[in-house]
Amino acid sequence: MVHQYKNNGFNIVLDTNSGAVHVADDVVYDVIALFNRQKTEAQIQAELAPVYGERETADALRECRELKEAGQLFTEDIYEDAILDFKKRQTVVKALCLHIAHDCNLACRYCFAQEGEYHGRRALMSYDVGKKALDFLIANSGNRRNLEVDFFGGEPLMNWQVVKDLVAYGREQEKIHNKNFRFTLTTNGVLLNEEVMEFCNREMANVVLSIDGRPEIHDRMRPFRNGKGSYSLILPKFRKFAESRGQSRYYVRGTFTRHNLDFCEDVLHLADLGFRQISIEPVVAAQNEDYALREEDIPYICDQYDRLAREMIRREKAGNGFTFFHFMVDLTGGPCVYKRLSGCGSGTEYLAVTPWGDLYPCHQFVGREEFLMGNVDEGVKRADICDQFKNCNVYTKEKCKKCFARFYCSGGCAANSYQFHATINDA
Amino acid sequence: MKHIKTLNTKNLQNTLKKGGCGECQTSCQSACKTSCTVGNQSCENRKQSF
Repeated sequence: MVHQYKNNGFNIVLDTNSGAVHVADDVVYDVIALFNRQKTEAQIQAELAPVYGERETADALRECRELKEAGQLFTEDIYEDAILDFKKRQTVVKALCLHIAHDCNLACRYCFAQEGEYHGRRALMSYDVGKKALDFLIANSGNRRNLEVDFFGGEPLMNWQVVKDLVAYGREQEKIHNKNFRFTLTTNGVLLNEEVMEFCNREMANVVLSIDGRPEIHDRMRPFRNGKGSYSLILPKFRKFAESRGQSRYYVRGTFTRHNLDFCEDVLHLADLGFRQISIEPVVAAQNEDYALREEDIPYICDQYDRLAREMIRREKAGNGFTFFHFMVDLTGGPCVYKRLSGCGSGTEYLAVTPWGDLYPCHQFVGREEFLMGNVDEGVKRADICDQFKNCNVYTKEKCKKCFARFYCSGGCAANSYQFHATINDA
Repeated sequence: MKHIKTLNTKNLQNTLKKGGCGECQTSCQSACKTSCTVGNQSCENRKQSF
């Protein structure tokens, strides 16, 4: 399968199954398009020679042939059997999302966790439950050395002492069990202070700082419970935090909605403020919400991404470039095909833990009782839920089988699929 | 080649034999938390990376 498109003056050809990315001139671009329509070399020669000349067309055909022989163009999908076997393997748990606080000091309008409460009650995780969660992770991680623990909420800084105590416990346990804990924290910044920053800079492999961009955009969707905007309170703290981490190992992470389809402006606003690690992502929302993105918005959104790409290139050349999370692709490496096809690991390698120790496939399923998998005392009791997630991959999703992007999104988010289609096996 | 420039020379198919160690980061922990972004993750084991 080959995907081709023109952008920013370049003809790009992606060979899906090998991962090869080619920049082609017009004649090759047209040759490949005709190959895609099942035309033979003779037919292509006849069709394009009047446009590009006999020799150029023949040259282009020869170069395409060489790439095919080198396994970089029109390669076959040889992964399906391998990935099905791979998915049958015994999995281990390597990452936990700890819901350290089911409570929040903001009332963000698009919050999937209903202001931190996840369809339930407000609660803070105790040190005891957190310890059991880390013990569960170590016990179920097999030979995996790198273990990830995200302190999530609600707002985790509302239960900060427990976060610190759990980091200390993890550091103690990793030595005993030959593990390496990578702690991360996701925060809205309201309670951020010097002490938190200093601790995070020492202990957290990454921090995710929630900010949506321009002040009016941020304040509209991320107010306090009294309706007042939070931008002016958090911005100086986030700037200081990012600087104190050397502008690395963090993301300012925002959400764009139908209210700011021109989200490129928000990305650039954050870049202008000095942030160098930026992630602004589309809202996931029920269609009846006024801020939900609609099908008809897609062309405009695509144009925004193109605009952003052009501006990022310009800034990079000018020496003030920045990283945009969804544009990151490592063309010289990146994940192996197993990682690319097995997806995010929710329900198998990655689980979420509620303040009272219940286990769910991921943070987005918390509160949906049909996905309650077990708890930190007894471990996973519902192996059937685990199997359901284990068997979910791009070959079990009809829409993905013929999609050029399947090696990049891995079939998309199971929680989003469940929200929109009532099954995790859709996209 | 005169007409085509290939930006990456590694082949994803080669990782079929060498990949799958599983030490890589869980994608949702990275930054997004609401979308599955796997293609931009990095490989923990460069020898097994494609």
